[in-house]
Amino acid sequence: MTETSQTSPEPLLKLEGISKSFPGVRALRDVSLSLERGEIHALLGENGAGKSTIIKIMGGIQSQDEGQIFLNGKECHFSSYRDAISAGIGIVFQEFSLIPELDAVDNIFLGREMRNALGFSRKNEMTRIAQGIFERLGVKTRFDVPVARLSVAEQQFVEIAKALSLDVQVLILDEPTATLTPTEAELLFNVMRQLRDQGIGIFFVSHHLEEIFEICDRITVLRDGAHVGVLKTADCTMDHLVEKMVGRKIESTFPPKPALQTAERILEAENIRFASNGHPNSFYLRKGEILGFAGLVGSGRTETALALIGALPCPGKRVRIEGREVSMGNPAQALHHGIGILPESRKTEGLILGFSIRDNISINNLPQYTRPIGTIDTAREKRKTQELMSAVHIKAPSDETTVVSLSGGNQQKVVIARWLNRRSKILIFDEPTRGIDVGAKAEIYTLMRNLTAEGYAIIMISSELPEVVGMCDRVAVFSHGVITAVLEGDAISSEEVMRHATASVKKSAVDALSA
Amino acid sequence: MQQQALKSPQSMHFLLERYRASKVARSTAFLPAVGLFVVVACMIALNSRFLSFGNLENVARQVSINAIISVGMTFAILTGGIDLSVGAVMALAGTITAGLLVSGLNAGLAIIAGLGVGALFGAGNGLCIARLGMPPIIVTLASMSIARGLGLIYTNGYPISGLPDWFAFIGRGKILGIQTPILIMLVVYALAYLLLQRMPIGRYIYAIGGNEDAVRLSGIDSRKYKIIVYLIGGFTAALAGVVLSSRLMSGQPNAGVGFELDAIAAVVLGGTSISGGRGSIIGTLIGAMLLGVLNNGLNLLEVSPYVQNVIKGAIILLAIFISRQRGTASAR
Ligand SMILES: Nc1ncnc2c1ncn2[C@@H]1O[C@H](COP(=O)(O)OP(=O)(O)OP(=O)(O)O)[C@@H](O)[C@H]1O
Ligand SMILES: [Mg+2]
Repeated sequence: MTETSQTSPEPLLKLEGISKSFPGVRALRDVSLSLERGEIHALLGENGAGKSTIIKIMGGIQSQDEGQIFLNGKECHFSSYRDAISAGIGIVFQEFSLIPELDAVDNIFLGREMRNALGFSRKNEMTRIAQGIFERLGVKTRFDVPVARLSVAEQQFVEIAKALSLDVQVLILDEPTATLTPTEAELLFNVMRQLRDQGIGIFFVSHHLEEIFEICDRITVLRDGAHVGVLKTADCTMDHLVEKMVGRKIESTFPPKPALQTAERILEAENIRFASNGHPNSFYLRKGEILGFAGLVGSGRTETALALIGALPCPGKRVRIEGREVSMGNPAQALHHGIGILPESRKTEGLILGFSIRDNISINNLPQYTRPIGTIDTAREKRKTQELMSAVHIKAPSDETTVVSLSGGNQQKVVIARWLNRRSKILIFDEPTRGIDVGAKAEIYTLMRNLTAEGYAIIMISSELPEVVGMCDRVAVFSHGVITAVLEGDAISSEEVMRHATASVKKSAVDALSA
Repeated sequence: MQQQALKSPQSMHFLLERYRASKVARSTAFLPAVGLFVVVACMIALNSRFLSFGNLENVARQVSINAIISVGMTFAILTGGIDLSVGAVMALAGTITAGLLVSGLNAGLAIIAGLGVGALFGAGNGLCIARLGMPPIIVTLASMSIARGLGLIYTNGYPISGLPDWFAFIGRGKILGIQTPILIMLVVYALAYLLLQRMPIGRYIYAIGGNEDAVRLSGIDSRKYKIIVYLIGGFTAALAGVVLSSRLMSGQPNAGVGFELDAIAAVVLGGTSISGGRGSIIGTLIGAMLLGVLNNGLNLLEVSPYVQNVIKGAIILLAIFISRQRGTASAR
């Protein structure tokens, strides 16, 4: 990289007076940033503050309306991500950019395949390099299957490896840890520190403030597309930071847990297994309670939920709702019995990206707006949608905005709004606050408590321990596909949850149980 | 102030984006309508006979068969699928209706039987695609072959003639001064419009093309709607078959070869995305008319049929090229 890095007074990367508008939205106004060599610099802001937009501008994916970009003191104009790469800027985008059908190696080297003199691809060589990167990260993955078959966390690491395989001076990571567990995030941080010590400048985006305090040297805060300050991490406190970011004080994140009004079991599930030889789990859910599904990524929480609602085949399961035995062969039947799910991956399972907010929110509520003659009353639909949008604080110019143009957090709120309107008795929230800013998180927690107060029951799948501990009335802890413990009341603590989540499940016990 | 704002390149850019986001321009039928307008204008300029009422009526009648088939094709393509069996199903339904009429069966029953066979074929396609997860292109390729074969078996390969005179009414008659096939076409489009744009099922069809997983996980039985979509495809193909039999006053087992391609062309020319989720039924009607006007105009200009094929193909490519330039804006 640059030999003169120590002597040069110029920052590594400097952005000056960047503005950017989309129809109906001013995503950035007059934002200036600077990144030094050997610095990890956080970009912090609420959902829709403009973090991803400024990153896309740095990567040449979008062009700014106004403002300049300087790399090593020289102004540059990137008209595509390729230009940015060749200038030494590598980006891990918030939204995955992997080709699902290709394996990890082909994804990492996409567009930059190594070829021998005859033009054949040098797959072995590329695999070796890819393996090297993964070793450095300390992560194991499979190189011989399409990335679609890898877990979300593994895919995220492939995405990271793709950026690391470039020869970069600037590395930009847009919410890389949203899909990682704390342990996995730690692996990434180790590599980030190594790179920093080599003089590479890193921009890092995360909604987890602890992470920012752990590894960042400086923090730039954006609010509503404007720059509100740049701080040294050492000089600030968490509360101060939140206030700067949100523009007001956030009282407490978690609403109080009220005492349960009734012991009535709204849902009883037996023999839930998601693989034909899997362990059959049983659990129940009481009216007005939040039951957590905790455990490590890959411990079978999502699959158990999907098997429950019939999105995964599960022969032999028995489900009772309010004491009545029901059959649940597919999600449509589950919905009919009042169970709704907020899927883990909002982009591939939750949203219809090219469609408007209104279409996405009302997709499973249309009968509610249908006139006796069978046509949709769009005026009513529109009114209701706008009500819901303000109930969950979706930031968008109108209900006709396509969800693809929303920030990640706002997209998540669209899926939540869909189920709020549906008023299902039982809701399954799979990682409901992934990629959501602190302010909105508190709102979603309050919303969940309001729902339970009205008698709804919620299953919350979450990898965030504070959230599990702060929100759940009971917690079922999963380890390797088995519920190893159900904690209740004061027994719910991070330590207890972790202890059971990492408990090794005796193979013989599993076999005996599933026999 | 205003003037200055307009001059700066940024605000020009912004205005352009605004325009792109506006409702009219976002409608997928907008460019096809412009295309139709241009083609019609060219035809009028090149040939004075084009504009005569007789000729225009002629065009509309010629278009009606393809236009009716294209309704079902639009439904299939909107869900991200395709229906290659429409031409063969049309021929099968036409010959069955003709055969039953000749054998003296009650007229209503004969027509219902023809339409029923079409709907059945469509439902079969839908079951294979939705329930068994087979790819639409393969399923409908197979059923195209089956329908064609059944039509040939049923007729022994010969056209069925000797249909009762009154039957000509469907293909050649007039109601209130409008030719019956044109009227049937308009009714089918009105119903399809209602279904797609005004009723929940239409939303589901678009949404399935947009992201089927999301639709399924939000608790909608997407498979049911896919079966309905192919059933509609079989039904409209059969309806076109009845109209064609009446127009020709015979049941032709070899009719409609290649009609699936014309239908796909009409749908695509009408601005519907071949990968599903985006498009409109109005666009398809415009697309079908565009093809019809082009055919008619080139015939009037005495362009050789060989050259006509080349021109048609080039126009379809151009249409897809233009629609791809318009990015991902969602619209109907
Ligand atoms: N292509 C686009 N078209 C229209 N509006 C857009 C587009 N991209 C972003 N926006 C808008 O610009 C604003 C900033 O979005 P951005 O994605 O940069 O937010 P963010 O800070 O990354 O949020 P998050 O934390 O949720 O990821 C949002 O209001 C968003 O809706
Ligand atoms: Mg973002």
